[in-house]
Amino acid sequence: MADNLKCSHCSNPATVHLTQIVNNKIIKVDLCESCAQAKGVTDPEGFSLADLLSKTNLSPGGSGEPQITCPDCGLTTVDFRRTGRLGCATCYQHFVPLVRPVLEDMHAGTAHKGKVPKVALTRQNAVAELQSLENALQRAIAEEAYEDAAKFRDQIHAIRSAAETNPEEAVRT
Amino acid sequence: MIESLIQSNNAELTQSTKKGSPVVLSTRVRLARNLVGVPFPERASSSQRSDIMTKCADRIADLPQMKNGAFFDVAELSDLEKQVLVERHLISRELCESDSGSGVFINKDQTCSVMINEEDHLRIQFLKTGFSLRSVWKQIDRFDSGLESDLDVAFSHEFGYLTACPTNLGTALRASVMMHLPGLVISDHMDKVIRAVNQLGITVRGLFGEGSDATGHVFQISNQQTLGESEEAIMSRLGNVFKTIIDHEINARFKYLEENRARMLDQVGRAFGVLQNAHVLNSNEAMNLLSLMRLAVDFEMLPEANRSDIDRLFIECQPGHIQHAAGEGIEPEARDLGRADKLRREFNQFPALDFDKVNELT
Repeated sequence: MADNLKCSHCSNPATVHLTQIVNNKIIKVDLCESCAQAKGVTDPEGFSLADLLSKTNLSPGGSGEPQITCPDCGLTTVDFRRTGRLGCATCYQHFVPLVRPVLEDMHAGTAHKGKVPKVALTRQNAVAELQSLENALQRAIAEEAYEDAAKFRDQIHAIRSAAETNPEEAVRT
Repeated sequence: MIESLIQSNNAELTQSTKKGSPVVLSTRVRLARNLVGVPFPERASSSQRSDIMTKCADRIADLPQMKNGAFFDVAELSDLEKQVLVERHLISRELCESDSGSGVFINKDQTCSVMINEEDHLRIQFLKTGFSLRSVWKQIDRFDSGLESDLDVAFSHEFGYLTACPTNLGTALRASVMMHLPGLVISDHMDKVIRAVNQLGITVRGLFGEGSDATGHVFQISNQQTLGESEEAIMSRLGNVFKTIIDHEINARFKYLEENRARMLDQVGRAFGVLQNAHVLNSNEAMNLLSLMRLAVDFEMLPEANRSDIDRLFIECQPGHIQHAAGEGIEPEARDLGRADKLRREFNQFPALDFDKVNELT
């Protein structure tokens, strides 16, 4: 029966049949003798089907894989499968469905347990908060909601003056 | 451009005066960091790359640890200069091949280097001679926190520090030690050790990283996984594995000495003779001879004071350093002459081997 199968890469009869579990899915690939040689399928223990699949873009899910494009840097699913790398920090928000399964095989866990850049994060939050307060202030002025505007102005002032007196602590508003 | 670096008389790897360790040549920790709001180096435009470089270089220059440090724009370095920096483990091969807008900051005693626009925006590295994971981690942690107080680093609570390659996510920390393992190699145990540590998520590579040979019986051993464990957990796991390897190495050496005493003393003696008298030495042979000299220090045939000379020569006998010393790019044949001249000169300053000391050891 197996002899009737054709090689996944060329149309020669397949003589090498591989089955591995990749990301909890059973994957089967049939290869002819020469393609198996070319792909380095010589040592079943040292060989990972996942590597072969990622190199040939036959990744689990195949054509059903989500086609993602990063709105910031333009990285696509195809780019990611080809290089194995992300394009920018924003990619990690959009490529989660593709990245997470890869991490399970790669790392000791899939959630970060180490250092957190507290100062940078609180500063980034403060900047985002200031931006949103500025927007709210402009909106309030436009709508002539002067009481709200005064409140927003005071909040902005509080964040700014804290930043001047103590740059490191400032961000904890 | 890199003259002052090479002439420096207090570079950690080549001029250390601290007491060395019998097995571990050096300890290194590196962290990968990226900035928010700009593509990773590979996808950044050349103007974005140069903006990143300026922004990071300004911040790094302000840090106290970089006082009197030097910055090099990769585009302005010659191929030979790049090779010398690679041989000193201050930059990577990948950085050498990068497009414009890449650079490296190196501090005064060459214990810290920060590559800009390599695979990630920042690759920070601290190194020390000997085995000292904790203290190197403390230093790099402080440096990293200093940088972060001025730079917006890319971080997610789920994936940790965001890196171009998912293999570096999480802590983005790679801790490695350079180990001298002649005992395990000679007793044919190295393959077994490599297989065993691989299963623990630990990688073993040659002296110059990926794909390089383990000449001189020197191996680089590091963690492969960066996500799912804290920095402390990674280092304590690594530390335990390193200690086990060190124990096995020491045992293998003594076992070999006990069972093959004459052969071992003969090998060390011949190596010393070759180093004092040879006129043509290629890099590979020189590394293997130096390996035996390091072993001679461990077995007290040479004084401890000579250990740092030998460790320095491991680096200064690399092809780039030999060419740089000759003042030009020279062919391999001429290098082999230059290398032998240098080693002859150095080893004729060494005291004679004290074979009696070995007999007292066992």
